[in-house]
Order: sequence, then structure tokens, then C-alpha cells
Amino acid sequence: MTTSSEDVLLQMGEVRYKKGDGTLYVMNERLAWMAENRDTVAVSHRFADIKMQKISPEGKPKVQLQVVLHDGNSSTFHFVNRNGQQAMLADRDKVKELLQQLLPNFKRKVDKELEEKNRILSENPNLLQLYKDLVITQVLTSEEFWATHAKEHAMKKNNKKQDIGVSGAFLADIKPQTDGCNGLKYNLTPDIILCIFKTYPAVKRKHQENVPAKMTEAEFWTKFFQSHYFHRDRITAGSKDIFTECGKIDDQTLKAAVQQGAGDPLLDLKQFEDVPLEEGFCSVAGDRNISNSGNIVHQNMIKRFNQHSIMVLKTCADIGSSSTSTANGPAAKMKEPKAADGTAVNGGSEKSKKDKHSAEAVSNANVNGALGNNELPAKRQRIIEKIHYEDLGEPLLEVADTTDAIKKLKKPPLLSLAKEERYLHGPMPITGYDMHEDPRHMEEVQYHLLRATETWTQRTPQKVLVNSTAAVNALGELSPGGALMRGFHEQSVGQLVPPDFEKDLRNLYLSLSELLKHFWNCFPPTTAEAEERAVRMHEALQRFKMAKLVPFESRALHELSPLGASLTQHLNRLLQAANTKFVTWQERKMRQHR
Amino acid sequence: MKLSVDGLLVYFPYEYIYPEQYAYMLELKRTLDAKGHCLLEMPSGTGKTATLLSLIVAYMIDHPDVLRKLIYCSRTVPEIEKVIAELQNLISYYEKNAPEPPQLLGLVLSSRKNMCVHPEVSREREGKAVDGKCYGLTASYVRTHHEVDPENTPICQYYEGFAAEGKESLMPHGVYSIDDLKEYGRERNWCPYFLARFAISHAQIVVYSYHYLLDPKIAEVVSKEMNKQCCVVFDEAHNIDNVCIDSMSVKINRRIVERSTNALNNLQKIVQDIRDEDANRLNEEYQRMVQGLKDAQVQRETDMVMANPVLPADVLKEVVPGNIRNADHFLSFLRRFVEYIKTRLRVHHVVQESPAGFLKDVASKICIERKPLRFCAERLASLLRTLEITDMTEYGALTLITHFATLVSTYTKGFTIIVEPFDDKTPTVINPILHFSCLDSSIAMAPVFTRFQTVVITSGTLSPMDMYPKILDFDPVIMSSFTMTLARPCLLPMIVSKGNDQVAISSKFETREDTAVIRNYGQLLVETAKTVPDGIVCFFTSYLYLESVVASWYDQGIVDTLLRYKLLFIETQDNAETSYALMNYVKACDCGRGAVLLAVARGKVSEGVDFDHHYGRAVLMFGIPYVYTQSRILKARLDYLRDQFQIRENDFLTFDAMRHAAQCVGRALRGKTDYGIMIFADKRFSRQDKRSRLPKWIQEHLVDSFCNLSTEEAMQLARRWLRRMAQPFTREDQLGISLLTLEQLENSEKEKLERQAQGKEGVGGEVMEL
Repeated sequence: MTTSSEDVLLQMGEVRYKKGDGTLYVMNERLAWMAENRDTVAVSHRFADIKMQKISPEGKPKVQLQVVLHDGNSSTFHFVNRNGQQAMLADRDKVKELLQQLLPNFKRKVDKELEEKNRILSENPNLLQLYKDLVITQVLTSEEFWATHAKEHAMKKNNKKQDIGVSGAFLADIKPQTDGCNGLKYNLTPDIILCIFKTYPAVKRKHQENVPAKMTEAEFWTKFFQSHYFHRDRITAGSKDIFTECGKIDDQTLKAAVQQGAGDPLLDLKQFEDVPLEEGFCSVAGDRNISNSGNIVHQNMIKRFNQHSIMVLKTCADIGSSSTSTANGPAAKMKEPKAADGTAVNGGSEKSKKDKHSAEAVSNANVNGALGNNELPAKRQRIIEKIHYEDLGEPLLEVADTTDAIKKLKKPPLLSLAKEERYLHGPMPITGYDMHEDPRHMEEVQYHLLRATETWTQRTPQKVLVNSTAAVNALGELSPGGALMRGFHEQSVGQLVPPDFEKDLRNLYLSLSELLKHFWNCFPPTTAEAEERAVRMHEALQRFKMAKLVPFESRALHELSPLGASLTQHLNRLLQAANTKFVTWQERKMRQHR
Repeated sequence: MKLSVDGLLVYFPYEYIYPEQYAYMLELKRTLDAKGHCLLEMPSGTGKTATLLSLIVAYMIDHPDVLRKLIYCSRTVPEIEKVIAELQNLISYYEKNAPEPPQLLGLVLSSRKNMCVHPEVSREREGKAVDGKCYGLTASYVRTHHEVDPENTPICQYYEGFAAEGKESLMPHGVYSIDDLKEYGRERNWCPYFLARFAISHAQIVVYSYHYLLDPKIAEVVSKEMNKQCCVVFDEAHNIDNVCIDSMSVKINRRIVERSTNALNNLQKIVQDIRDEDANRLNEEYQRMVQGLKDAQVQRETDMVMANPVLPADVLKEVVPGNIRNADHFLSFLRRFVEYIKTRLRVHHVVQESPAGFLKDVASKICIERKPLRFCAERLASLLRTLEITDMTEYGALTLITHFATLVSTYTKGFTIIVEPFDDKTPTVINPILHFSCLDSSIAMAPVFTRFQTVVITSGTLSPMDMYPKILDFDPVIMSSFTMTLARPCLLPMIVSKGNDQVAISSKFETREDTAVIRNYGQLLVETAKTVPDGIVCFFTSYLYLESVVASWYDQGIVDTLLRYKLLFIETQDNAETSYALMNYVKACDCGRGAVLLAVARGKVSEGVDFDHHYGRAVLMFGIPYVYTQSRILKARLDYLRDQFQIRENDFLTFDAMRHAAQCVGRALRGKTDYGIMIFADKRFSRQDKRSRLPKWIQEHLVDSFCNLSTEEAMQLARRWLRRMAQPFTREDQLGISLLTLEQLENSEKEKLERQAQGKEGVGGEVMEL
């Protein structure tokens, strides 16, 4: 019997399944059928496994309901109510409607899982191949596959994908091509569009406003490329252009940011001068009276370049603040404590604004003081960093008022890598390089060298060894086509094996090594569970041999007669080794049992 | 460590020391012993400031009767703050390790803008506005008014606090940075600015900007009471001659004339009003002048905004001449003079004349004698005080004119007057300017040399050093250039003279607009961006050239290629914008994206911003940064130098260009653990006259085979070098070669170390092996 906890929602008698009469039960989580006069359930499908239900068309003599499962199987139930066609139909519709209500609840869950699996498979071509080779050929069951072989991938699904950054030259990458009839064609990819949106939020806003309400996607981008906004040597564009506004918005944000100042006292050029003089005295390098010379177009362009770089940079700063795991250097880290201070400061300065009206100079001064204090440690820290010579040793004091916030600053930023192996296996260290640097080895090396060269002088001169004609002859004979090279085929194995075979072979290796990996992982089996797993793995290996390797071998023998056997030699040896291990283990176990 | 320098116990606040630091101390000690002046060049990044401070402080403690005070002058506010931080470092080392803590007071003086704590005044961003508002709250008559009418005359509570109690006690010993002073002032309700100005007279160590000592108008107010037993240090002094010249020069354009006419009208009105209600005040002033009494009020510190622009020795100690004693007379006198300048500005061609010629013309045209002109500046200051004018900003232009009058009538030698009807770059726009230009940098420098016992002129780039004694007119007792002892070749200077297409690259006038040259510069930059990680800084010879090159690069598509590798930031003429771009450049370097910064030699960036470590792995100098040679002021100065000091024009021009080039490339290397490529991209750099003028520490690494490279060859070298520099570099690698422990220092001979530091003897480590 099925678990009693399940409520039977509908019981439908007189249902035939595989020519046997019985009763159909629709329960909370499954659909079950019991043959008449038996108390065991013959058919039981969990709703989660059911992909869909089918019913026989109207007017057919047989009234049937078929449930199709995800694994492709299906069960057909025949409704045979004695009260005639109408009753049969009514019975079936009852079941059908109930199922219709129940199934979607389970379907979603299943689908989500399936989708997830699907996604993982599509993202990992290797895994997909394994799946094809192992699951579809029934070497492994699907559950086993996901539980053991694709564990890491399944785990990884929670990890957020790292955002790709914006290349500085993404606009340059959109190369216009002439389409042959006096027009230009720009190729836009979703990546580039994303880049544009990320870098120029104003354009994104325009896009949201206008597409698709006022114009199509294509029109929008055409306009974009025609606009002066895109072209960096733009001066003030005409009013018709919808992007004029974008330019203005950008300029405003830039201006506001510039007004705010550099933030870093060591970089703020405005603060450098320390001359309290009137302009006109030459000591004052007034910046107002030198401008307006030169080319306004060029100056605008330069401004544009700066702006572009700043905006591109901003895109990565935004990412940095949203996800903490991204490596972002000290700059981004610096921000955090500052931001925290910022809120406090804001509160304070707001207060100061209110106070201003009451003209309370004293309280104002206090607020001012607090304001200054917040900036102080950061500024101080910068200066100390600048005067610090790491090789002269730590300056023997640390400034007393370095707060915890600053110590936090010193914490090295975390590095998170999307492709760790590329980082770890980057440039290989040159082995043996250090040896020469070490003066202690020098003598030894010298000694060896001397010993080695001692014999050189004793060697007979070259001419005496073999005369030149003989040497040339010998070389000729040893070249392909020469007398000594008869049996040599210039073709290498790579050329002999057709590509499809090669691919199959590669796949075989892939699957086999995956299976073997898990097989060898089970040894030595210390627990009963592990033992069981070993047995299962062994079985999987055997199944793999039968299902994949043997057919491939026979095909290879058939089609590539000279090579066929040798191709799978290594694979077989691998299997053999596993087999031997397994057998010895089994034998030892038997002996122990006795 | 505690080390003995020629018998003097020096506390050096680090565990290790560079050999050149030790050698530097030796030379400095000799100078102090000899009570003379010296000229020392030591590469940037070898801890010059720490060395200077620790030796001089040790000397002051050891010989308090010989040396009483250290005046440390630097150029920018960040530099000043760094010096103070080093000093704090040193003093706390003393406190921890010396048997008795040093009884020293060290402090910084900066402009009101940086030091003000008044809640409203300090909110102003412009330095001038802060000064004006401060004056309006602290001038003596404002305070007198306040006593009568406290409701309507606001005063500054901080200044009042300081005036009431601040002068009674001396500040406790210690080192005060700008922020410390502000904090100190806030706690006690004292004005930090006036506190600092008061305290520098008795402080042992004073750190401030060049102008406070070199500019007579400011120095007279601020640095008057300094005794002779002082050591004055000019750090980053490679440009000191220009600072001297600028402090004595004046520039007058139409706007200034207009504004002074307005100011005169205002003054006229005010004088009229005062005469109607309180004729006494003007009479009093008149009487004072008749009697020749020095203004009693001058003693009041707050009332002096700017002193006489001429050197103290040249100020006439006489009674103000009769024809300008009366306020009305003086105003009409000024009006005539302003009108005269206005007519002089109405020219169509360039006029150049000597001050004597100018005075003669003044006398013949408007009947103004030389003598009253000399009193102009003081007379106006007195009048403004008498009229109790609180908002000084309006009268800035007029003050400038009076200063010009005083200067032109005082100095007849070493100055010139040039009137240009338009800018050379824009010959169609009429914008006449009257330049009153000082040609002789020794004029402003002379009182400093005579006033103080020891003057140390030091910088990372002073080569060729023999030029400075000539143009500043002094006799140094010691003149020394130090190299950088290195355990690995951490700088790679290269002269790239041709592109890959073998076209010679040069910024000389005939070829600078050549597309091939510009393209080759661009390719050099792109290749460098491909090869070098992190930050790259490029310097152009002038802003105009930068603009036109960038425009051509955009047309040639070089900018797009460049953007593929790194982000691009460009210095603009707007300081605020440049600061913002710089900040983003730093951010881009920090986050690993890498960036290229295009800047201008002689610009703010080249003078004040350090590109240490990853902020500048390579510096490119596109062309030789000659000063704009068509400038008439420059020509006049060259003539003067030739006539007076026998300096050939070309020598001076090359000297000037090379010091700026060295200054630019030196920005990249800020220490021995740092490393950087220096690319001089101009064919002319490889000529001996240019090469030999680079600082010794760069020259040493610039071997012959690096002097005529193509882009490709340079990149090859750079790649190999970068690979090597990327290897870990530990302290152990340096020890004994470019870094010494106390023990090593004591064991090695003094003479040998000195020779090493001056590059006369090879160092143990490999110098160049590429």
C-alpha cells in the first residue's frame, strides 16, 4: 500500500489498465491504480513525474486517459463504466479535471529543477557530453549522475556570475561599414548596447522613454549614431537631436562632481597654491586669464575624452559597491568608511543649515569641527602613506589617532577570480633559474663544467670521424623516401584517424575518466556505504564497457582495420586496472568473511 | 637609529639608512659648520626631507648658540604637509629614544584660506575672499567700532580670543600641522592663523611656502622678525629663480585699469562723505604725514594686508612728499597715473622700454616725479586704513597699480617694461597687457642670502648645478650632486629618436606638426600602453601642442587603439577639472584597469603630483620642453642674463628645458622600491649638450646604447626590464648596497660612502645589465 498519510482525493472504479480491471486512485501526490481483488498498487505515478496527460478524442469508442511521464514512459487507463459511453466520459473528465488542477503545482517545481539542470548542461559542454554518454546510454541513472558527477556544477549555480567590465574602447569597436550604396552600417551586439547603457545612463533613460513607444529599436540606434553625442568632436548640437539633452545631463553631472573637488588633498590642484595675492601679481598663476586661447573644438574633444574615461571607470566602481566580492583595489575600499562617515556628516551639516538662521556661531563652529574631524584621519593617512619608505623600515611611530577605520583600510582587498586555474597556472616559473643565482652552487657547477670539458680535447677531430660524402649519404638514406625509411608512413596517427572517430574517442576518454575518477575515489572503502558505492561504480564501469566501448571497438575494427585495436588499447588497460583492483578487493573481502 | 655624523649625534627615525642620505648629512653638516650656503641635488625618493630635518634638528639641539631656527620652505601645500608629517615623525622618535625630549616648537604657516576656523569665513573657497572677510572682521577700527556698537559690527570671536589671551603664553613644545593648529585654536577659541603668525617668531622650526620669505610684500608682514642664526631650506628649488622673478613682477591689463578707475571713484566718494561728517580723521592722517611719523597702526598685525612691494633695504625712510599727503591730492595723483597707463595700453605694436625711460615719459606727459611714485603703495595702504574700508577685494586692482608705481620708480636696473597689444597666439583679438617684469632673480634672493646664516637650496633635479650660483648670484660653500645607489636598475631611461618607420621624431618647430611625427608619437604611446602595466604619464611641451596632437590622434584613430588598452585622461587648463581627472586616473590605476595621463611640462601636474609606484610605471616626454622662445619677456631676460652674467642664451634655454624634462620624468620614481621607465621621445635628447644636463642619477643609467632607439627597440628593452622588475624585491637584496644598517654604516669608511653617493665609485650591486 502507499503511505497512509496520503489522502485519496478521488477513487474511480472500473478502470482498465493493461487489460486488467481495477480502480484508479487520485491522491495528494500521486496517481495509482490497483487491480481488482488485489491489495498492491500496480501502477503509481508521482505527479512530479508526470509530464502531461492525454485523452482520447471525442467520438472514439474507447474512452482513455494517458499520462506521459518525463522519462518518456506512459500509462494508459481505459475507462469502462458499465453505464455506457456517457458515464465513461464523465468518469474520465472527473479524473482529467482533478489532474488538471493538481498537476501544475508539481510541474513548476519539476520544471525549475529541470531548467536549472538544462542550463548547467548547456553552459558546460563537457558535462553535456558526459550526460549523453553516461545517462542516455543508461550507464548511470540520472539521479546518480547529478548526485555524484555534476555535484560541483550544481553547487555552483548559486554563485552569481561576475559581470563583465566595460572596455574603454567599446565605442571604437563599433566599426562603421559601408553597405555599398552610400550608407553606413553599424554592427551592434547586445554586449555593446549593455556597455553603452552602463556607461551612459542618460542614453539608457532616453532609450526607455522612446523605445518602443515613439520609435523602434533600430531607429533609436540610427539616431544615436547620427547624433553628435556619439561623435566626440561634437560642439553644441542642434536642438532637433534627442541626445542633446543627454549631453547636457552628462555635463551637469560632471560639473557637479568637479565642484565637489578631488577629495584627495594630494591631488587637488586648486589647493596647491599658497599665495594670498591679487591676480596681476605674477606669483599668482590665475587660471582664468590663460584660457580662451587655442581651439575650442580641440578643448571640447579633450573634455569629452576625460568624460568618457571617467564614465567608463564609474561603471566598474558601481559594480564594486554592489557586490563586495569583486576585487576592487584600495580605492573602492576607501569609500566604505568614508560613506559611513558621510551619513553622519550629512546629518550634522543639515543641522548646521538650520542653525545658521539663528546665527549661533558657537554651535556652528562645533559642527564645523566635527566635519573637519571626519576628514582628518583620511587626509593624514594619505600623507603618512606618501612619506613612508618601506625599505627604510617602519617609521618608529604610528600616528596616535589612527582609528580602526583606517586600520581597516590597510586590510588587503580580497581577490575573487572567475577562472582560478588561469590565475594559478599562469606563467610557469622557470625551474633551475635560482640555482645560478646562488653563489654556493657556483663552485660546484664550475667543477662539473671543468670535468665535462676535460674530455673534449681528447676527442678526435671531426673530419676523422666520418667523411662528408658518407655523412650526406647516410642522411639521405635516413630521410623519408630513403632506403632505410621504407616502412615509414608519413602520415601520423592524427591524420589516419578520421575526425569523427577522434571526437568519439575523446568523448570516450572523457566519460571513462570521469567514471574512473569516482571509482578510484571509493578506495579504500572503509564504510559499508563506500563499499556499496564501489560496487555500484564497478557496475557502471562494466555497463560503460558494454554500452560504449565495445560498440566503438567493433566499429573501429570494422572501419579502420590496421589501427582499430590499438586505438582503444589504453582505454582497455585503464578498465583492466580498475577491474583487477576491484577483483582483488572482492577476493580479500571474501577471505575476511570466511 | 642613532648615528654619528662627523661627531654629531643624529637621531634618524628609521631602522635603516641609504648611503646617500648619510653623505647628504655630511655635506649639510659642513655647510652648517661653515655658516655658508649650499646647493645639493639628491634624487627624489631618497628621503631628502627626513635627512634634512634629522640633521638640522640634531644640529640645533647640539649647538643651540650657533643655529637657532630652521625655516623650511616648500612649494605646494601638500609638500608642506608632508614636511610637517616627517617632522612629527622625527620628534616622536626623539621623545621615545632621547634621554630628554627636545624643547622644540615646530609649526606651519599657511594662508588664511587653509587655516581659518571661523564658521562663515572658512566656507569661502577663494583665498582672496577669505582674506577680505577676515580683514573685515579683525581690522583694528572694526574692533574699536565693535566696542561702541556691538550689535551691528560683527567681529571674529577667534581673533578676539587670541588677542585677549593668546600672546601671554608661548605654545607648548611640539610639532603642529595645519590641522593640529586648527584643533588647538578651536579648543582655546583662538585664531590659528594669527596664532601661527605670532608663534613663528619664537618657534624653532617653521614650515611655509616660498612666498612667505621671497615675496617682499608678504615677507615684510610675516617673516620680519627672524634673526640671523637661521637655516633656510628651499626644497624643490629647481624653479626658485622663477619664483623670485614672479614675486617682483606685475602684469596690468585693461580690466585692472577699469577696476582701479572704479575704485578711485569709490574712494573719492568716501573721502567726500568723511570730510562732511568727520573732517578730523583726514586731518589727523595729514598731520601724521607732515610729522613723518610712522603709522602707529602699522604695528597692528591685522591691519597690514600687504607690505611695500620693494625690498626692505630699498624702502625710503623719508617723509611722504607734500603733493600726496592730502587725500584728495593723492587720489587725483593716482587718477592721472591710471589714465596714463590707460593711454599706454592703447598701442598697436609692441613697446619695450626701461623703467628709466618709462619714468621720464611719465614725468614729461603727466608731470609726476619719481619720488612721490615711490610712496604710492604705502600711501594708498594708509588711506585705506584711514577710511576704514573693510572690503578690500574691491581695491585689489588699485593696490596693484600702486605697487607697480612703487616698483617702477624704485628699481631701474634688472627690470623691463613691455606692452603687448595682443596675445601672440590670437593676433586678431586686442588684449593689451603691460608687463613689468623682473629680469634678475638675484634681486629678490639677495636679502635672503644676506639675512640668514645658511641657505640650503635642494631638489631632486638641479642639474646643471653651476647655473644656479650664477643666476641667483651667490657663493655656495658646498655644491654637490648625489646619485641613487641601487641594488637593481629600477629606472630605465631611454631616448627614442625614431619611429618604427625610421622617421626621426622631434618636437622642434619645423617638424612638430608633421603627421608622420605625430603618428610616431602616437604609436610610441600605444606600444607603451601595450607593454607597461598600470599607469603611464606623458608630458607634452605645451598645452597648445597637446591639444593639436590629441586632435590628430583622434583623426588617425590612435585614440581608439589606445582606449583598447587603457583609459585616457588629459590635463586641461581648468584646475578643478584636472583635479577630477587626476582623481579618476588614480582610481583607474588602483583598480587595475590602468590609465594614460596626458599632461604638460611646466603645468601644475608636472610640478606637484607624484606618480609613485603603479601610478606611473612609465613616463614619456614628448619633445624637449623649451619655454616659448618668442616671448618678449623671455627675450629680455635672456639679454639681461647675457649682459650681466655672461650666460649664453642657448645655455640658459637648454638648462631650463632640461630641468623641466628631468622634473617631469622624475615624477615616476619616488623611492628605491619603486621602478619606472623614462622615455625621452625626441631625437635631440641624444645630443651631448642635452644629455649631459640631465641629473646625474638619470644620466648614470642612460648608457650609449639606449640613446638612439626606435619604438620597437625601446619596447623590447622595456619588456625585458619589466619582467625583471616584477620579481620580488626584498630588503635583504638592498642591504649593504643601497641600504645600510647602523652596523654596516659604522663599519664602512666615510670617504668611500661619500664617493659612492656622488657616483664617483661603482657600487657593489649591478647597475645596468640588459
